[in-house]
Amino acid sequence: MTAHTPTLTRRPATRTRGRILLRGGRLRATITSIALAPICFFWVYPFLWVVSAAVKTNAQIFKGPGLIPPELHLENFSRAWTQAHIGVYFLNTAIIATTATAIVVVTTGMMGYVLGRYDFPGKKLIVALFIATVFLPEGYTIIPIFDLITRLHLNNNLLGVILAESGGAHVVYILLFAGFFAQLPRELEEAAIMDGAGFLRIFARIMLPLAKPVIATTVILQFERSWNSFFLPLVLTLSRPNLRTLGVGMFAFQGEYFNDIAGMAAAATVALVPIIAVFLLLQRYFVEGIAGAVKQ
Amino acid sequence: MAASLSPPHPTSHPTARPRGSLAQRVLAARWCYLFMLPSLLLAAAFTFWPILASWYFSLLDFSGFSSARPFVGLDNYRELIRDPFFWRAFGHSFLFTAVTVPVRLSLALLVAIILNDKALRLSSLFRTVFFLPVVSTTAIVGILMTFLFSPFNGPVNKTLLSLHLVAQPIDFLGSPAHALWTVMAVQVWKNFGFSMIYWLAALQSIPGELYEAAKVDGANPWQQFRGITVPLLKPFAAVILLITVVSTLRVFDLVQTMTGGGPFFASEVVETYIYRNAFSVQGGIPREGYASAVGVFFGVAVMGIALLQGWAVRRANAIRQDLKAGGAP
Repeated sequence: MTAHTPTLTRRPATRTRGRILLRGGRLRATITSIALAPICFFWVYPFLWVVSAAVKTNAQIFKGPGLIPPELHLENFSRAWTQAHIGVYFLNTAIIATTATAIVVVTTGMMGYVLGRYDFPGKKLIVALFIATVFLPEGYTIIPIFDLITRLHLNNNLLGVILAESGGAHVVYILLFAGFFAQLPRELEEAAIMDGAGFLRIFARIMLPLAKPVIATTVILQFERSWNSFFLPLVLTLSRPNLRTLGVGMFAFQGEYFNDIAGMAAAATVALVPIIAVFLLLQRYFVEGIAGAVKQ
Repeated sequence: MAASLSPPHPTSHPTARPRGSLAQRVLAARWCYLFMLPSLLLAAAFTFWPILASWYFSLLDFSGFSSARPFVGLDNYRELIRDPFFWRAFGHSFLFTAVTVPVRLSLALLVAIILNDKALRLSSLFRTVFFLPVVSTTAIVGILMTFLFSPFNGPVNKTLLSLHLVAQPIDFLGSPAHALWTVMAVQVWKNFGFSMIYWLAALQSIPGELYEAAKVDGANPWQQFRGITVPLLKPFAAVILLITVVSTLRVFDLVQTMTGGGPFFASEVVETYIYRNAFSVQGGIPREGYASAVGVFFGVAVMGIALLQGWAVRRANAIRQDLKAGGAP
């Protein structure tokens, strides 16, 4: 496994023969692009529809599948934000996602570091135990997690959801970190040891700053995962509506506000825009992190 | 996977590997254990303990309301074996996987091959578009789909009607005949981008020179696909297939938000069945012991499939190697 997965961009055609073949491919590429354009439109249509519905009235939404609103009805957003408590859910989701991401990055980074760089008794067993959990269905563990969180009285605040979100075995991140740290040259440490640096200083001053790309990948993948998580917060907030996340809150309102599609669309827009914006800004890390999972 | 973890320099800090007793080696590596402690504690509480506790809970008559949890032995499992609703959900989970995985992987491979074309300048834009549904919140997408597929003026039905493709609106999610298939279609759309990225990563590991050489030899695109792409993708395909099958068997968010497993349990999968029995029994008592038995049964089945698939791949590779070794002059 290499931490530097090659970027998924096209290789530059350097050879002359390549260029000639490329020129022949230009017509094919244009035809392909024209064929793919309508497919892409349908592909993102649900997202376009929801943004458009969020600024229409309910009557306008029912008129047809068109996307251009006659005028902007921003009151849908204020209705969703206050009446449907989307504001509270947004805050809950943001707190859970950022805190869980911070915990996961720190814990998997530390674990990946020692697994990638050191040999010690019990290492193989620990790695094997973690890898064995990759294929675990969520329904298998949800009941004991619910039971544990309730017994620890962590179900009264967001801490329960945060800890449960952070508590997966997170094998992919650990392996990403371990693979990255394993391929760093040994000279880095040797020089530091000569200077009298201890374990902690080598990690914090030398190794960690080098790991920025892996940290970025882990942050983004875990943030997306926590933001979008549903089963766990659904179960853990069953008796605490004020702790709901965006997904759980909207699910709870599905029946209640069924006729207010404009309000629901506004709520969905509020929930989807941040995560899609994060993706569009940082998609290189997203894609490389996911591609890295296969290459392991 | 585990093999790739061994560091290039298997030494323990700060000196070379200590040759002392186990206790000395443990002591020398104390920082290592300290560094793993946070991860291990979290995983112990929220991954390893739940795995063990599920087995124990599955032997209890355990409901959410009463604190008494009498031991009932294998009663929950006996009930499970005879419960037609469980087997229906179990069958749906596997039908879901058997239908969506081949469709998703083959379409994603096709798109990945198209997007891997060097001449295609808009390739990264198309990639972004196809990947977009992956990053969106599944639960919210599921709720959106109930509007889009609504028989009452939903845009899908409106479009079908105006194109005269149907005479009456189709109740995509409200009719037992269509509900599961509609969720399947949405699931393929939602997770398509994952598979496409996996395939693209695999395709880009193939050196472009191979295709150029094949072109010079006069191989047509299909021959190139059969002769170069397929054999070189095989090792990746095994991993991709495994990841996709296991993740599809675990489908929950989309089913729960689009249909809740209904109508009349027509789209119930195992994960929604567990949820319904443990947390959301309509007018009944939550049965966490029974749901734990379902979780254990299903978890073991999924693990078994993963192991079987891994074993089959290794076996197939070994046979191929043998054939090659035997067949070579």
